[in-house]
Amino acid sequence: MTALRARRELGVLLALALLVAFTAADNSRFLSSQSIRDVLLSASILVVLAVGQTVVVVTRNIDLSVGSVLGLTAFATGKLFVAAPGTPLVVAVLAGVGLGALCGALNGALIAAARVPALVITLGTLYVLRGVDHSWASGEQINAADLPRSFLDFGTATVLGVPVLALVAAAVLLVVATWLGSYRVGRELYAIGSEPAAARLSGIPVGARVFLAFVVSGALAGLAGVLHAARYGTVDATVGSGMELQVVAAVVVGGVAIFGGSGTAYGAAIGALLLTTIGSSLAVLRVDPFWQQAAVGGLILAAIGLDRALAARTARRAAARSAADAAAGQDAGRRGEREATHGS
Amino acid sequence: MAHDSLYASPQRRPGAGRGRRRTAWVPRRWDAALVSALLLVVLGSALLVDGFATGRNAQFLLLDAVAIGLVALPMTLVVITGEIDLSVASTLGLCSAVMGQLWLSGWPLELVVVAAVALGAVLGAVNGVFVTAFGLPSLAVTIGTLAAYRGLAFVVLGDQAVADFPGDWTSAAVETAPGGALPWAMVGTALLAVAFGVVLHATPFGRELYAIGSNAEAARFSGIPVARRKFWLFVVCGAVSGLAGVYWTLRYASARADNGEGLELAVVAAVLLGGVSIFGGRGTLAGVCAGVLLLGVLRNALQLADVAADTLDIVTGSLLIVSVVVPNAVAMARARLARKDRHEGTHERKFG
Repeated sequence: MTALRARRELGVLLALALLVAFTAADNSRFLSSQSIRDVLLSASILVVLAVGQTVVVVTRNIDLSVGSVLGLTAFATGKLFVAAPGTPLVVAVLAGVGLGALCGALNGALIAAARVPALVITLGTLYVLRGVDHSWASGEQINAADLPRSFLDFGTATVLGVPVLALVAAAVLLVVATWLGSYRVGRELYAIGSEPAAARLSGIPVGARVFLAFVVSGALAGLAGVLHAARYGTVDATVGSGMELQVVAAVVVGGVAIFGGSGTAYGAAIGALLLTTIGSSLAVLRVDPFWQQAAVGGLILAAIGLDRALAARTARRAAARSAADAAAGQDAGRRGEREATHGS
Repeated sequence: MAHDSLYASPQRRPGAGRGRRRTAWVPRRWDAALVSALLLVVLGSALLVDGFATGRNAQFLLLDAVAIGLVALPMTLVVITGEIDLSVASTLGLCSAVMGQLWLSGWPLELVVVAAVALGAVLGAVNGVFVTAFGLPSLAVTIGTLAAYRGLAFVVLGDQAVADFPGDWTSAAVETAPGGALPWAMVGTALLAVAFGVVLHATPFGRELYAIGSNAEAARFSGIPVARRKFWLFVVCGAVSGLAGVYWTLRYASARADNGEGLELAVVAAVLLGGVSIFGGRGTLAGVCAGVLLLGVLRNALQLADVAADTLDIVTGSLLIVSVVVPNAVAMARARLARKDRHEGTHERKFG
């Protein structure tokens, strides 16, 4: 199973490598440091969101409200800087993460306590939070001129040529992936996604864990909102709308099973990177930009089809193995019987 | 393949017991509650909101509700079987774009309309094949085709708009039936709704859909061709989305690739508000129609009352949340009362 999962992520990585190689063969400037920096910059926000979504999806839930949470926190960050231009960066980030976590807690509380499906609740909060965003903004737009220089620099700065935003995304990825993969609570999230009833019977506090997963997803969407404000500098109430489907797409392409229980944050991050790269490589390959979305759709279908095929093969092998085991067992049994008759 | 729940929260809904005495004020059925709410809102708006109770406003309100209402009909059936189709708005957009392109290349409009609906059916069949033949989760498949179909719409038409449709066709889309404010388009939608209602509630086919949604495995064992039923539902869903694309194009006299963008969430919201369970197996078409109209009336009335259009999302979202939380809370309360009364819960399906 681990081997399969590793192969699955390797597959996405391979697709990404092929895409990059093919594009670079056509136009070597695609591998220039400037172009790589651009791709990393635009991917980092999607990566943060996809990592958060992974935490929720492995528990057999979904968070459709992330686009609205991102929009709300991006606007709140802008407002914060307009009201208090001297706000230190750390405080702004913490405020954004806190606001996002609050939204996530709202989702989590409704889902875990009222015991209603996540798809419905987060579709509801998608609308509610977007409406709150609109009524708060009431047509207002925050421009780069309203934001402090230091904050905007954070959005474009690089360390040793790597954008700071990409470093933030990488750090988030590393922490969450380790937490999901090697810590008890993280493993419990997978257990819940594999079989909720069995998870409850084995003593996992399912409600509390699902609540936590939504808080994490919300907090990361909040962080993504702050990053978005820093990266683009212009924020209005429509920021991030429709982003939820892109995030779910990234997660699915990255091999996280939509019915929970399997997939890693690394896979989701590679999926996000792949979706972003397609956009810029189509532009480099001078493909009509209108094809981009169609290509993304095809990629999603290919990814879930591949998952299905791999899962079917594993199941066949497991069935074959257990059939062989059973046959061997029967043989042994018969032999035992024969020996017993001999003895008498 | 038998996912018994589509995005179930890990806890299942508790079985509704019988606590008749203390919760008697709650309507027994969700769709009845919704129809009452709809009547109340219409009455309240007519009394309180200037300009609501005019024929012209009613006409616009109904015209706006047609597209969502149309797509909500097959979506109800799809959700009742425990699946979902998120690609409907993209199907609408692609059919609209193809319609524009065919019209540009000189096809007669009658043929263009037929072709658009047929294309919708084909797009639905693609979803159906992925879901039933390959056994993939419909949520993931239709998120994929959501992106793919919308992308193809832009490939077909780019960012241009085709607007030179003949005037008699475009005015027919908004024309009112004689003797009232009811637009022909809404009359057609209502007839289609009746047809869907009869199929769902009064035919063996309809009962089979509930059986599939309640327990696909059991349905298969009792001889229902589960995959074939689901496949055809996706085809119908695509065809009706294509029809909605034709309506959209004529209503706004403009074929564009981005027509109906984001409509899928509004349709799903209306269906769920209408009391259809996202787990499948529960819901009525009357409830969904009431849900569509309730959202339409609220939106219209609040807009007339000068509430900014974008702020209305708060109302849509809250209604959606309330529509699942309240019945569940009531069911839980009933179950608790039933336990207290030492009265075995009989798992009656309330709020269906």
